[in-house]
Amino acid sequence: MIKTDSLTKQFNDVVAVDRLSLEVNSGEVFGFLGPNGAGKTTTIRMLTALIAPTSGSAVVAGFELGKEDTQIRRVVGILTESPGLYDRLSAERNLDFFARLYEVEDVPGQVERYLRMLELWDRRQEAVAQFSKGMRQKLAIARALLHEPQILFLDEPTSGLDPEAARLVRDFIAELRSEGRTIFMCTHNLDEADRLCDRIAVFNQHILALDTPSALRRSVYARTVVFHLRGIHPGFVERIENFPFVRSVETMDGKLVVGLDEPEENNPAIVRALVEMGADIQFVGELRRSLEDVYLRLVNPQDHDTDDSK
Amino acid sequence: MNKVWIIVRKEWAEVFKNRFVLFTVAFLPIIFTALPLIMLYATRNSADVSGLSSADMPSGFTQLCGDQMNAAECSQYFIISQFMLLFMIMPLAIPVTIASYSIVGEKSTRTLEPVLATPITTVELLAGKGLAAILPAIGATWLGFVVFAVGARMLSASPVVLSRLADALWLTAIFVVGPLLSIAAVSVAVMVSSRANDPRVAEQLSMLVILPLLGVFFGQITGLFFINDRLILWMAAVLLVIDAGLVALATHLFQRETILTRWK
Repeated sequence: MIKTDSLTKQFNDVVAVDRLSLEVNSGEVFGFLGPNGAGKTTTIRMLTALIAPTSGSAVVAGFELGKEDTQIRRVVGILTESPGLYDRLSAERNLDFFARLYEVEDVPGQVERYLRMLELWDRRQEAVAQFSKGMRQKLAIARALLHEPQILFLDEPTSGLDPEAARLVRDFIAELRSEGRTIFMCTHNLDEADRLCDRIAVFNQHILALDTPSALRRSVYARTVVFHLRGIHPGFVERIENFPFVRSVETMDGKLVVGLDEPEENNPAIVRALVEMGADIQFVGELRRSLEDVYLRLVNPQDHDTDDSK
Repeated sequence: MNKVWIIVRKEWAEVFKNRFVLFTVAFLPIIFTALPLIMLYATRNSADVSGLSSADMPSGFTQLCGDQMNAAECSQYFIISQFMLLFMIMPLAIPVTIASYSIVGEKSTRTLEPVLATPITTVELLAGKGLAAILPAIGATWLGFVVFAVGARMLSASPVVLSRLADALWLTAIFVVGPLLSIAAVSVAVMVSSRANDPRVAEQLSMLVILPLLGVFFGQITGLFFINDRLILWMAAVLLVIDAGLVALATHLFQRETILTRWK
């Protein structure tokens, strides 16, 4: 659905996006994570034909960026970082305006459909200025969907929303995902990305890592197993370290923390070895790394050099 | 529906909900139409102006009156002529207010990006915004002029003076120079709005475009020159050239990338 090749954007001397090459498949929810100023919004603006790349190329929904920009704008929908709604106009009038600009055939029908879908129908006549942040965001999402775009770009869809409103928006994105829509989503909310995205790119001017959330965890951190023991003998660490499949061992608060690639395969041998050495094993569990750990390690590797893995 | 017209309708729905804009658009035509009518009413009896002689008027004006007017009629026409420029200030000032609030308003509410993400062209968007500002200004000016002409017909005793309101000089001023002034005003407002973050600042800076017209106004009052057929045609020709340049410059500044990345 989206294919970029060395897509680059430079503003004077500042390189905002550096040789971005990626592919987003049809029906995929693609997460684009990165710190502020990483170039995420610039990337979305390029892919929605709002600004031109300095170099490189991209094909969006089958249309070539820079040559078929109007066609691209016709088939993509965008939720901009700020909802950007006309406060003095009603919700219905806002959608009506955009539906006409998108050349929607059945304007009243589509406006009603999305106002009802996002539970705004009863308040359609109210000026948007009276809406809460969550309602505004829902209306902005409705606006992005009015013309049934092939690809939906969401720039920080839950940014600045209270937990309840954020959940409403997240649930709606999950609903869109179940409909098989292609979604390209920039977010700071790593939990959200973890739950909603099929694949994630960690980005800071260029791609630092790109994979499924679980594969990213594995690639950045070894899986970590925690052995709770009644007393740790110094010989335990030495013994466990000698296993070829063990990537790291350390003791922490009376626990033995072991980095492994395949815990399901390796745990029995470790348990046997510990029992043979007289260890009292109270409990064995896996320490799950959050996507946040993965993200921070990728974005700030210097701050995580002393981490307990790899 | 044509996208330019879609923009125009939205602009009117949005901008005219702003009381200040509505007040400006309504207030100027009312005042600028009422003022000459009041003057005309005050001087409707020839006795009021019969005291005026050619010596009281700037030299050269009596030539504009020609042989068909007597001294009183010429004096009345002199008074009315001063107000022609009011009908040129209207198409200049009204669009500045509308365009300033429309463009800077979009900047502050960040509504331009979603609009630019639609399949609309920059020219369609700019044309829509421009027309949304120009059409009410021209409409108000022309309506004001019609009210003035009808009022003058009722208040003036002299059909000779009235007939002058429909001569080439007035018609060119109202129906050609007025719209050209509106285009210039909107172009300046677009350029100023690209740098301003407050609609009032944009409006005040854009209003500087009125200064040359005020120069003409005071030039005529002090008798430096008079707007005659030739001068009004020159004004129209020069404005046409200026408009072409200003529209090109405003369009150049109103580019998607510039708007999204530099309009702060």
